[in-house]
Amino acid sequence: MILVIGSNMTEAHPVAASFVKQAVLRGAQLYVVDPRRTALADMATLHIPIRVGSDVAFLNGLMHVLISENLYDREYVESRCTGFEKLKAKVQEYPPERASEICGISADMIRDVARRLASVKPGMLAYTLGITEHICGVSNVLSCANLQMLLGNVGFECGGVNPLRGQNNVQGACDMGALPNVFPGYQRVDNADARTKFEKAWGVKKLPDKPGLMIPQMIEGLTNGTVKLFYIFGENLANTEPDIRHVEHCLESAEFVVCHDIFQTETTRFAHVIFPAAAWSENDGTFTSSERRISRVRTASLPPGEAKPNWWIFKEIAKRMGHEWSAKSAREIWDNEISQLAPSMAGVKYARLRGDGLQWPAPNEEHPGTATLHRDRFTSGLGALTPVDWIPPAEVPDEDYPLVLSTGRRLYHYHTRTQTGRSAGLNDLLGEETADISPSDAKALSIGHGEMIGVKSRRGQVFVKANITDRIPQGVVWMAFHFREACANWLTNPAFDPITLTAEYKACAVRIEKVGEKTDQRI
Amino acid sequence: MSSGTFLLDGKTVSFRPGESILDAARKNATDIPTLCFLRGTTPTGACRICLVEVKGMRTLSAACSTPVSPGMEVLTDTPRVHAARKLNVELLLSSGRHDCLLCESSGNCKLQELAYRYQIDGSLFKKPDQFYPTEDANPLIVRDYSRCILCGRCVQACNELVVNRAISHGYRGAKSKIVTGGDAPYHQSECVFCGQCVEVCPTGALTEKKAKGTARAWETKKIRTTCPYCGVGCQMWLHVKDDRIVKVTAAEGAAPNRGRLCVKGRFGYDFIYSEERLKTPMIRENGQLREASWDEALDLVAAKLKETIERHGPDAIAGVSSARSINEDSYQMQKLFRSVIGTNNIDHCART
Repeated sequence: MILVIGSNMTEAHPVAASFVKQAVLRGAQLYVVDPRRTALADMATLHIPIRVGSDVAFLNGLMHVLISENLYDREYVESRCTGFEKLKAKVQEYPPERASEICGISADMIRDVARRLASVKPGMLAYTLGITEHICGVSNVLSCANLQMLLGNVGFECGGVNPLRGQNNVQGACDMGALPNVFPGYQRVDNADARTKFEKAWGVKKLPDKPGLMIPQMIEGLTNGTVKLFYIFGENLANTEPDIRHVEHCLESAEFVVCHDIFQTETTRFAHVIFPAAAWSENDGTFTSSERRISRVRTASLPPGEAKPNWWIFKEIAKRMGHEWSAKSAREIWDNEISQLAPSMAGVKYARLRGDGLQWPAPNEEHPGTATLHRDRFTSGLGALTPVDWIPPAEVPDEDYPLVLSTGRRLYHYHTRTQTGRSAGLNDLLGEETADISPSDAKALSIGHGEMIGVKSRRGQVFVKANITDRIPQGVVWMAFHFREACANWLTNPAFDPITLTAEYKACAVRIEKVGEKTDQRI
Repeated sequence: MSSGTFLLDGKTVSFRPGESILDAARKNATDIPTLCFLRGTTPTGACRICLVEVKGMRTLSAACSTPVSPGMEVLTDTPRVHAARKLNVELLLSSGRHDCLLCESSGNCKLQELAYRYQIDGSLFKKPDQFYPTEDANPLIVRDYSRCILCGRCVQACNELVVNRAISHGYRGAKSKIVTGGDAPYHQSECVFCGQCVEVCPTGALTEKKAKGTARAWETKKIRTTCPYCGVGCQMWLHVKDDRIVKVTAAEGAAPNRGRLCVKGRFGYDFIYSEERLKTPMIRENGQLREASWDEALDLVAAKLKETIERHGPDAIAGVSSARSINEDSYQMQKLFRSVIGTNNIDHCART
């Protein structure tokens, strides 16, 4: 049994989706929770079209049924989890009737889904950014974990809570400590022992002990003067962050901007120095996938012109600032530094990465790697059931902006198209953005399929063709951020989860207009 | 059905319940050629190349789709078997325009291999003189029906491996054709251009448009790598000629993708060779970017970093690493920020 929530897998992770679809063909039950009727929903046992941003209410409603009907895995919860009484008290506030009012799914269907989820073991839950890209992203994730723990589904193959990572190496960038609060291997910067260890390894006297800024704070810091120099490596922030006009104002305010990239982008327009970098197949190195699998990347050709590997550029800057780093290749960086410093990857060496790579934790060189976490016991001891409340999105529809804009990715392009936009054929398959709207909203405004419309939020306005489809529920507009002109991020709301500072890309209020005299043409 | 033993070319060998003759034979290092067989999908027995003799059966049996039963006597290497296989290859060769000289798949063609093995040229039977026209209106995949032997591997891959369910067998008899819904061209159909059909096509019926004319199979070296797009981490082969990727295929059997790729992974590689690639360091001067040497650009950035640290402290510097690039790059960047600059202001797009 597979529960997919907030994940348009067939477009964003097509190969992962193929395994889910295969499981369905072989008899697995599939439950797809998504406001849109995605392609995966077509194959689902049930499609559960909750309202945008109502995940916690829906999940709490399910858990209310599991507990009140005594369907949860009592033995698992008692032996492996903690916090049940508090969770129980919280979900008691969400009887199916109340959950139904918030999420738009009937109370009977909530009961039905809860009973079905409790009827098969193990069950897998997979989520993507539909869960995290909300001001309550952390609560959404905790709710997914609560549900899976109540069902006794964590710690098993084909079970667990499985976030599908959006980028090839977003897992790896986290693992490597490209985060403001941890060194490589998730060792905290505010832990004195960890700092001592890294000070010794890196040959420096004192490492900073205060967690640093997260991206939204960095961007804001450019306008309030706390951040003077902004160093952007392989990111197109001017297109990917919510509220483009504001982000560009911030980037413009920087005293000095350094970029590494393989192309000029909307972001390099703000750079004072651009370093030309080696791209994917010009590198030797490693990527780490969603399933913590460290796999090799190998060189097929040399970088063009004078472009250089990024690791070399960082090393050269360090040298000019008085630090000689000895590693002369990515392999030396991994074998001599990363695997020495990150205990969970101590057993990972390049010599072991032939073939299918290794899944960390692999604490020693004899360790075969770990496919499933939390087997027998949770890594942290007991699984913490954590009660959470539903809150609405930061911006909800009103009279002026009566529709919800939700955003995401489309099959034929990747992010801001720096790569796919320059790969022959892909632009032919998808050459422009559309605003996907429901037939009823289109009818109400007499909008025809393919007609140019204006989509306007409190941040900005774009002009884009209407794509009328019954995959979109009434009241929702759906767009992606692949194309600059009609990028959803001219409209999105820079409201953030208070813990992770993940932006609420999945919900803001907009209105749509036929393009005519009434339309405000200003962008 | 119980497990047990059976006789394979006179030797007693064991088998698992439900195992096909083909699987049991391959486990015992016995060669049976196949053409339509596609691992991981339901065997169809369509091509009749894997024929074997089973004692007591009136006709030859397809090894891929015949389960072993206890005590079964199977012969894989008899004149009758080889004659039947040879005849079937001859018929398949005669069914289309299999002119290897011009075929994109020469050197990577199961039919060609079998013809060579059985030393036949397809001249025994009269070839049809009319075929469905080649379809190449879409940007990525060429469908040449004159080279299609209707083995159905593409149909199996589309329906059972990637489960996109875009193609099927259509029409009947001599008019048989692999079709999309309504027999529309790929780009007007349910096809999502994952290219799995091209990957499994055993002849030159389905080929990659971008690879056309760039390299013969034997001219390329294969380099194993990891896909640069989503977080699934698909394993792929880069087919490289003269330091240039000409094609990408999935690493068969490898974890995690088990021989599958999507449209971006398979066809989104040539941005590497875009003329718009940045080739030299650039420095902004009087509002305009100009080319610079590495020394000049690196010295400038190091000087600016030092100056900012002196004037405003290390926390006035912030950096964003790349979730697209290799682990070792992110490691180096956070090391630069923490140990050289002296700030933890290092982040990347995991949160956005």
